[in-house]
Amino acid sequence: MAENTVATTEEHDTVVDQEETRAAEQYITPSVDIYETSEGLTLLADLPGVQKADLDVQVKENVLTIQAHAQQLSSGTPVYREFQLRSFFRQFQLSDRVNAEKISADFKNGVLTLKLPKAEETKPRQISVQVG
Amino acid sequence: MRSWDPFVEMETLRREVDRVFNSHAPVTRGGSGMGAFLPGRSARAYPLINLSEDNEGFTVEALAPGIDPEKLDITVVRNSLTLSGEKPAPEGIKSEQYHRSERSAGRFVRQISLPTEVDGDKVAARYNDGILRITLPKVEAAKPRQIKVAI
Repeated sequence: MAENTVATTEEHDTVVDQEETRAAEQYITPSVDIYETSEGLTLLADLPGVQKADLDVQVKENVLTIQAHAQQLSSGTPVYREFQLRSFFRQFQLSDRVNAEKISADFKNGVLTLKLPKAEETKPRQISVQVG
Repeated sequence: MRSWDPFVEMETLRREVDRVFNSHAPVTRGGSGMGAFLPGRSARAYPLINLSEDNEGFTVEALAPGIDPEKLDITVVRNSLTLSGEKPAPEGIKSEQYHRSERSAGRFVRQISLPTEVDGDKVAARYNDGILRITLPKVEAAKPRQIKVAI
């Protein structure tokens, strides 16, 4: 009996090893959106297949680390495959202007939303111009 | 030294152009893979899917984080499954406010041809943690049958 052949396509996600020396597990860099408002930065990260308990967000020495473990759930014989769930890993260097204590996180439908408020002193201040 | 051959040059150019077109088009569409510049088709198949099969039916897993499950439209006709919906973009954010924009947003539609016909009435879908799971039972006629050999 021939082995089951599974059609796979080119890997779209960039697979990275977290550390070269401990490459036991492979990681995917999650796609993110980062936008800025007057209040602060908002980071949205796509982490499909991750359950809340397997998500780890840390800030240490101004480095924001997002690490998550996705669970492979398929049942039956694979026929056609376009993606593989692996663990996610991505780090961001935060500027001093982010108030690390007040970062809030929300995780819904596989999307992580991080709100990174700006430190008070860097928020835009309205200055009224006095005439005369 | 090699002499300049216009036919070799043309062949090289043709291959280069093919490569450029094909590198942007998904091979997964089942077509010729030349979809990138055609109107109304996305350059990349979305959502990405995994298809698995057992005796009773098929399971399609689609990688679709952040979509609105209310607006998701799943239709089944004979052996073809169509997924359409929308991944909403963050509201009221101007493009100049973005530092990074890697998560695409917008409307999508994708059609998947299944190996056999499925029973449209029994199709069930669940959306969990950004993954859409659709179970599609096969029609009775397509299920494998165990045949006993009479001795």
